Amino acid sequence: MRMRNIGIVGAAICALVQPAFAKTIAVAPGEGAQMRLQEALIAAEPGDIVELGEGRFKLTDGLSLDVNNVTVKGMGAKLTTLDFSGQQGAGEGLLVTSDDVVLRDFGVENSKGDGIKSKGADRIVYHKLRVEWTGGPKETNGAYGIYPVESTDVLIDSVVVRGASDAGIYVGQSRNIIVRESIATENVAGIEIENSFDADVHDNIATHNTGGVLVFDLPNLPQMGGHNVRIFDNIIVDNMTPNFAPKGNIVANVPTGTGVMVMANRNVEIFDNVLGDNGTTNIMVVGYRFPHNDAKYDPLPRDVVIWDNQHGRAGWDPKFRGGAEIAAAMGGNFPAIFWDGAGGPAKAPVISDTVPALSLGLTDILADPATAAPTPLAIATKRPAALPAIKLPDSMEAAVR
Amino acid sequence: MRLLLPFVACFATAVAISAPHPGISDTAISGLQNPATLSAFGFFEGNAANPSMKLIPYTLRTPLFSDYAEKQRFIYLPPEALVTADKDGRLVFPVGSALVKNFGYTDSATGALAVLETRILLHKSDGWVALPYVWRADGSDADLRVGGTRIPVSFDREGKKLSISYAVPNKNQCKQCHSSAEQIVPIGPIWQNMEFLKAKDAARFIKANPQLAKLDKWAAWDDARSGNVQERARHYLKVNCGHCHAPKGAASNSGLFLDGSATDTAAIGIGKRPVAAGRASGNLDFIIEAGHPERSILIARMKSTDSGIAMPELGRSLHHKEGVKLLEDWIAAMPPSVY
Repeated sequence: MRMRNIGIVGAAICALVQPAFAKTIAVAPGEGAQMRLQEALIAAEPGDIVELGEGRFKLTDGLSLDVNNVTVKGMGAKLTTLDFSGQQGAGEGLLVTSDDVVLRDFGVENSKGDGIKSKGADRIVYHKLRVEWTGGPKETNGAYGIYPVESTDVLIDSVVVRGASDAGIYVGQSRNIIVRESIATENVAGIEIENSFDADVHDNIATHNTGGVLVFDLPNLPQMGGHNVRIFDNIIVDNMTPNFAPKGNIVANVPTGTGVMVMANRNVEIFDNVLGDNGTTNIMVVGYRFPHNDAKYDPLPRDVVIWDNQHGRAGWDPKFRGGAEIAAAMGGNFPAIFWDGAGGPAKAPVISDTVPALSLGLTDILADPATAAPTPLAIATKRPAALPAIKLPDSMEAAVR
Repeated sequence: MRLLLPFVACFATAVAISAPHPGISDTAISGLQNPATLSAFGFFEGNAANPSMKLIPYTLRTPLFSDYAEKQRFIYLPPEALVTADKDGRLVFPVGSALVKNFGYTDSATGALAVLETRILLHKSDGWVALPYVWRADGSDADLRVGGTRIPVSFDREGKKLSISYAVPNKNQCKQCHSSAEQIVPIGPIWQNMEFLKAKDAARFIKANPQLAKLDKWAAWDDARSGNVQERARHYLKVNCGHCHAPKGAASNSGLFLDGSATDTAAIGIGKRPVAAGRASGNLDFIIEAGHPERSILIARMKSTDSGIAMPELGRSLHHKEGVKLLEDWIAAMPPSVY
């Protein structure tokens, strides 16, 4: 009863805050689509819906939205397409820089840079979108498909991303994040959570990428110290697309055939996933190996929990320096789970999965993997205290119901 | 509130019509609606070649490169306005002020500047507003184009004819460069980088802000007498990159800060690995590799004209050869021991 009262009061407050004449601005594809659509995105007022018609919008430049509380809605991820193959300017297809925005039911194709970027856009919802480089994996494809950065409260739900030359779904320097029920395929990294706090990645399919799901932390950035990330109930299989990222990018170092890769984060839980057919390994936990001069940065992963995952085949073709030698020493296969060992036993991941799990035994973060002294990792019986589930504001969940 | 708008618009029109010498319309600058045509402001008398005598013209020692477009810059101050300055020399304009900037190319046949667009920044009571106006082919007036546009342009450069698709930014793109902590701010008017065409204008600012006279002028990027390579390169980066690459700018997430705020070498790119560059890393490892411009991502991106790679992201379809040469000289001269 009490909850219901709060709901009624909340609805009343919303009614007051909402502009009296929230409207729908319909935009159809065809001649002058660039200017008409961009002008609609500028003319929209808080509460408005910009409705994209069915068909193909041929765009010549990036689009951007900078109005709070606007929904951009197409007729369906395959029925409404923003086609950026003729793009001449801007670093991304669509850029969102305002709060409380919902993007849903449209596709974005062949942007020259990133697909959809949202920066400093709190409470953003990405729902039933398709972001695709239609030629499949190519080094010349844009970097990120869906790219929220520097945002609080991010929901990515039921999207499909294909062909990104960096990460299909990339959440950077953000906090309070859910990525769920989405498909990432034929990207270098399927889903990547980087320099972020408090994320749930669940019920996704990551397949045919170079690496399925990455949890990274990098130095020399405004937000560092990535932590509290839960990867669960995902299907992360057959990530065997040869790495096509241009060298120099951090993901260019992801070995082809990686299921989950955790680098330099703390408090990461990987549980109840289905992993398999990943030729290097199913789960890799490593430090950041490059020299850096950032005193505030911790390059070591720690407090990683690997629990109750199902493992299929892994490790038959490790693309990891020194990997083939380790595989030979282990009777032909690289382990399904491995940790570089940096930081010593106190930093070891806690594992319940009953598959071969190995520490490379590297004592120093900069040690050459060829000097590895592999030792098996023990199986744990007691699971450390679980991280809390991520909860997003009700307005965001309501937008996808 | 909305019902009032037509009345305000009518009032503005009435004022413009009734005055024999309309001058500049303070009502248009501070009004709620953005006028559909530039003439509503009265910044120009007839056409772009005749700026109002009430505008204060100025130039920049080191300007932003915009596809070799020539620019004319003006300040409008409302009557009795007092302009102050912060400790860094950034001029602080009162509400009612406007900044006006023409972009164009010299017509090789007539030798006259053909102005394509005029971008204005209006300081309204609730903040700055940035708007692009595109001149009509007959030069009679310019129309508001909040969605931006592209204009095919040909011009002569070092004896060669260059043809480009000139991009007029949309209103959001104006803000993208002009934002600090998500608010629109002017970029250009920093005292040390400004030159006034009329001595009395400079004197007016100095009179109100005597401390400005003590600030050292910035190096002019293309004048070796004004500073050494490092000074000129740093100012070139500050003007061309520092509006986004700043802790509160559009590229804050990159951790690459070229606005002069950086306190360590990695933050200005030296020995820094790319973060979200994607394919723009071009198989290179560092933003700046000291001693090696040819292995520095910064140089590669400033040379590129591919929109997924090019930096700056907006307003450039040509490679600024002369500017990049300065940065190459700067990087080549860096001792590799810097990092």
